[in-house]
Amino acid sequence: MASEKRDKEEEEVKTDDGSPKIKPRPIVQLGIFLVAHSPVFSVVFSAAGVLALLILPLLAKNTYISENALMPGSARSMLSNRDVSDGSKLVKDIKNYWLNHEGQVQKLIGKYMSDMGAEVYYQKFHPEGNQFHPLHFFSGPDSYTLLDNVSCASYGVNVAGIIRAPRGDGKESIVLVTPYDFINGGDYEALSLGITSTLFSLLARVTWLSKDIIWLVTDSRYGDYRPVAAWLTEYHSPSFKVSDLLKCGELNTADTFRRAGTVAAALVLKVDGRSERFEDTLSIYAEASNGQMPNLDLINVVNYLAVHRQGFYVKVEKVVSLLSSSWLKIIGEIFEAVGKLARTLNPDWNFGIPAADYLEGSATLASSLYSQALGIPTGPHGAFRDYQVDAITLKISPRFPPDSKTRQHDFFLRGARLLEGTIRSVNNLLEKFHQSFFLYLLTSPSKFISVGVYMIAFALLVAPLPMVAASLYIEGCKALTKSTDNPTENLKSWKWLDAAKQVFALHLLGFIVTLLPYFICQVPGQHSPRNRSIMWGTTSSSLLLITFAIIPGCSPFSSRHHGTNWAVLKSVTISAAFIGLCLMSIINFATAEIGALLLVPTCLMAQPIKPALRSRRIKSLLGAFCSMVLLTIGFPVMFFAISKGLFGEAVVGLSLGGEFWTWLESLWAWKSATYLYIGMVHLPCWLLCLCILFHPS
Amino acid sequence: MACLVRSWIPLLFLQSFLVAIAFGSNEGEEFSEELLLKPLPDRKVLAHFHFENRAPPSNSHGRNHHLFPKAISQLVQKFRVKEMELSFTQGRWNHEHWGGFDPLSSMNAKPVGVELWAVFDVPQSQVDISWKNLTHALSGLFCASINFLESSTSYAAPTWGFGTNSDKLRYGSLPREAVCTENLTPWLKLLPCRDKDGISALMNRPSVYRGFYHSQRLHLSTVESGQEGLGSGIVLEQTLTVVIQPETTSVETNMQPSWSLSSLFGRKVVGSCVLAKSSNVYLQLEGRLGHESKNVDTEIEAHKLWMNSDFDLSLKPDRVIRESSSLLFIFDIDKSSDSEPFDLGLTWKLPSKWSCEQAPLHASRFLMGSGNERGAIAILLKATESQEKLSGRNLTTDGRCTIKANIFQIFPWYIKVYYHTLQIFVDQQQKTDSEVLKKINVSPSTDKVSSGMLEMMLELPCEVKSAAISIEYDKGFLHIDEYPPDANQGFDIPSALISFPSHHASLDFQEELSKSPLLSSFKEKSLVRSYTEVLLVPLTTPDFSMPYNVITITCTIFALYFGSLLNVLRRRIGEEERFLKSQGKKRGGLKQLLSRLTAKIRGRPIEAPSSESPAAESSFLSSKLIFKIILVAGAAAAWQYFSTDK
Repeated sequence: MASEKRDKEEEEVKTDDGSPKIKPRPIVQLGIFLVAHSPVFSVVFSAAGVLALLILPLLAKNTYISENALMPGSARSMLSNRDVSDGSKLVKDIKNYWLNHEGQVQKLIGKYMSDMGAEVYYQKFHPEGNQFHPLHFFSGPDSYTLLDNVSCASYGVNVAGIIRAPRGDGKESIVLVTPYDFINGGDYEALSLGITSTLFSLLARVTWLSKDIIWLVTDSRYGDYRPVAAWLTEYHSPSFKVSDLLKCGELNTADTFRRAGTVAAALVLKVDGRSERFEDTLSIYAEASNGQMPNLDLINVVNYLAVHRQGFYVKVEKVVSLLSSSWLKIIGEIFEAVGKLARTLNPDWNFGIPAADYLEGSATLASSLYSQALGIPTGPHGAFRDYQVDAITLKISPRFPPDSKTRQHDFFLRGARLLEGTIRSVNNLLEKFHQSFFLYLLTSPSKFISVGVYMIAFALLVAPLPMVAASLYIEGCKALTKSTDNPTENLKSWKWLDAAKQVFALHLLGFIVTLLPYFICQVPGQHSPRNRSIMWGTTSSSLLLITFAIIPGCSPFSSRHHGTNWAVLKSVTISAAFIGLCLMSIINFATAEIGALLLVPTCLMAQPIKPALRSRRIKSLLGAFCSMVLLTIGFPVMFFAISKGLFGEAVVGLSLGGEFWTWLESLWAWKSATYLYIGMVHLPCWLLCLCILFHPS
Repeated sequence: MACLVRSWIPLLFLQSFLVAIAFGSNEGEEFSEELLLKPLPDRKVLAHFHFENRAPPSNSHGRNHHLFPKAISQLVQKFRVKEMELSFTQGRWNHEHWGGFDPLSSMNAKPVGVELWAVFDVPQSQVDISWKNLTHALSGLFCASINFLESSTSYAAPTWGFGTNSDKLRYGSLPREAVCTENLTPWLKLLPCRDKDGISALMNRPSVYRGFYHSQRLHLSTVESGQEGLGSGIVLEQTLTVVIQPETTSVETNMQPSWSLSSLFGRKVVGSCVLAKSSNVYLQLEGRLGHESKNVDTEIEAHKLWMNSDFDLSLKPDRVIRESSSLLFIFDIDKSSDSEPFDLGLTWKLPSKWSCEQAPLHASRFLMGSGNERGAIAILLKATESQEKLSGRNLTTDGRCTIKANIFQIFPWYIKVYYHTLQIFVDQQQKTDSEVLKKINVSPSTDKVSSGMLEMMLELPCEVKSAAISIEYDKGFLHIDEYPPDANQGFDIPSALISFPSHHASLDFQEELSKSPLLSSFKEKSLVRSYTEVLLVPLTTPDFSMPYNVITITCTIFALYFGSLLNVLRRRIGEEERFLKSQGKKRGGLKQLLSRLTAKIRGRPIEAPSSESPAAESSFLSSKLIFKIILVAGAAAAWQYFSTDK
């Protein structure tokens, strides 16, 4: 130690002497250089991050079947007219049932299944919703506790039929789900039963099956998701304890709940609405909870078969309002022009795409990002992801009205052939899906952006944070050293401690605010979402005031002597935001990406407003104005309102609070990590930026 | 001449002696071939081929077999196998429709893949060695990867849970073994007529493997002669059980399909295997007792049995035997010839329905939980309809009626079972171990050394509706080279064996039978047992391209580490400084000279070179750096451009 010190002294002495300095290492040099020029670099990097996000549609690659064993479309379809007539008969019988009201639809479907040679059983479940419990947030799907005083008044019944693979070993199975409302089922819903029944009739007699097939008709009276989740819970973690539910109702469900091995893949089939296009439309929904996606190969197989074999128009969800936005169109045209220019330079550089394609791609990409960031599954397939099962929802919109008999035959044939091909591909699979991507964003059903590409945009966005933090820290330290002559306070390494205390206090506050809704829900009595949000808001703000009052260093309104240097505070805030964003990018990338778009400029721009007002220079005034605008947008409620407005629903006033509450409630009910991100990363960082803005320096 | 005669006499004598030995030794060797056909309630037909080869006890010196396969007798002699069973199975036995309480199902319903168990007649210390050698020998003999059972992680030594109480018993199963014709051919080679003649000629490979279930089994047991100096006899039992769906043209769904041997197998039987002592075909019809009179003495009534309003048999049975719940038609195929092949057919005229007798409890097993970390295995026992009718109940001392059920389960070592988490629910009420658990034997697994084993005996009340057993486990991590080629499929947990020690299945024939090995084996009481499903556990699998990445990263880290270490070791900072200083002085001298010159010209005092600001210096340096970076980037872009241009 001592020798080191002496060395340092010597070094200093030498530099003072004017002898040439010892060259620091290049990497250190680069670091120093970046930190020294952090404002320039932060602007450059942030702009590059946004630009990288914008050119993502250009970088999308065409999808390809990665797993060779899938071999989609290589087998001839074995579907015959007999199978189709089976399906049509079921649809007709269901329609007759609605006319005559005899028996139960579940029984009817069950009878059809068992006639085809399947093992049938009925499962009763509670339609209870997901309950928020702070301690169970990250726990997996657990066996839902059956209450003792369950009423038989409301319960759902799922029907499931299992076809055992004739020569299979029963280790794996494929699940087909068709949601159907057993009380007031629509005509379109019945068509999905028809398609699956057509397919099931075929599968019951084929010999190539190696995995068992489960056809699950869920009771969609209680939503699409809940019945599937209930069935999966019973499948994977049944309760062996006594259940009162079995005694309810006239349906004899005493028969055993049957299982068929590990679920390899699941397909949810829905038919709804008429297609607006000339062809039948197939929409693919893939996002599960917390931005988890099924293996890309599953989407590829369905897309390949639907487009190249059955002639469906395949689409994925997109943000429609973006399609008509002019600014995006201009960007698309610029990219098109750049692409053309590049091609004239070198014919190999053909990255340019037409502006219309760019517009489509970015609208789809935005929707993909948004659905993943929200962390709420886009369909019943989400329930499967909790059990590491790859699943997607296929929503088919036929181009004919549901009562057209002639078209129905063709529709059933094509729908069932699509499913047959997909099931055959999955059936071929020896291993589970693992070849293709799990982390991707879709820009069209046949184009994707893999994790390696979309990471760049995020990395560029968050790159300035550590640089700025370092430069601000150095700056703040210098300022502190100047202001205080006390040698005890000159201990260089402890200057961030005050600021860290404040940051920690606000993060703790964020944590408490995150947990508050649970306790508000426990408040007895019925409250509207609006009242609850008001309760939440008032409690949170009073808690904030208490924090400011108790911890003297925290408040932006405290006197100068107690307050920390704002540069150091900002440096620690930025570090905290950086850590939070990086952690979030591991849990749910899309949330981190959108969060970074909001948080990074806010954090970088935040600076005390008082000196700016005092100086009255245009540059600093502009900066202050920018930071104020960014802070206003960055407030979660505000951002929610703005995004609502973007989607075409303007909400103002107190009803906004109610809407916001409902939105958050849905987030936590789905165990979305986005909720935690908002409460524990975004909100504290936003508050800290607010503190910096009103800093009394 | 005399000399010649004298030399001839011993030769003749020797010859006659040899002939005597040869005939004497195979005097008792018997081979019989039988086929049992049985329509099943779910419109399928079960065909059960049964071949028995007996080698009586004889002197072990100079053993020469006439009929008995030499490979098997050598196997028995070499590894001193007392009893052994090897089965190859594809498909699942449907306990609900195909029965679970008859000797046929309790002996022939086997787990998927290969199952092997053997009892050895060697000292305890050599049992494992014998087992390992036996697996290799069988592996070669049957073209299967039975040698994987050699590893101590794949077999176990059940004590009492398996049904055979012996400490020299070893049991192992390979659930993933694909069974096909390459396993059947060596099995057929053991038959004296192979598949050229007799009943085995029916085994047309496409029709056998088109079936819903097929299980080929080889069971051998040694019979001790009891005499001094005489070796032990061997009984080799080879069975093939096939469940086939007859092709039907009728549209009516509730009508049982009609079939004939030629429609089932695509072949006919033309004469028996000449080496067989007996070759019979049996047709068993279950649940046909309602409308028959007690005795079948008269010819007309016997005729009625096989040609009545319900069904027609194409051939007249040689005998009809009735069992407590079924009818057995016996056909002797000796009479058939090329001109008149034996082609038994059954034509149904009326829809008919019956059900098979089921085991007292139906067992199913499944995995619980999700994720790659932990899970649980549950075994569910459900009461079947036939439970009430069963006679095999025993009353305990306090007068309760109980059903005993043995559960035998092997856990691979990567399924780390926590035996303390064993939970038993009877009729949805959690029971303590002492209430229902009569006996339990646990041998925990050792990582990468031995598999775990659980044997337990449950004593359930007779009126039990359902019982569930669950046990939790942690998923282990495997070393990268321990993963099989298709690791992402998951890992198998072999079937559990549920047996009911107080229930025995047997066919109760009302009349004495001729010595048919198949029927006498049916008449013997056999333990009721059923195997559960094979389970597939997805374990965490590494990305197998990861080693490449790891190697790259490790090399980078090594390079960085050693580079900096060498740098630190090699550099002498003091020396360098001195060197730099001297250099600086030199350059400084030149500079000083220049500055002096300029100063003289300008007439000003000399400026110190240290006045150069460090910031400018750093920016100068960094601009140089930027220039370098731009240079490198430009070179890279140029390289990219020119390399892709081609």
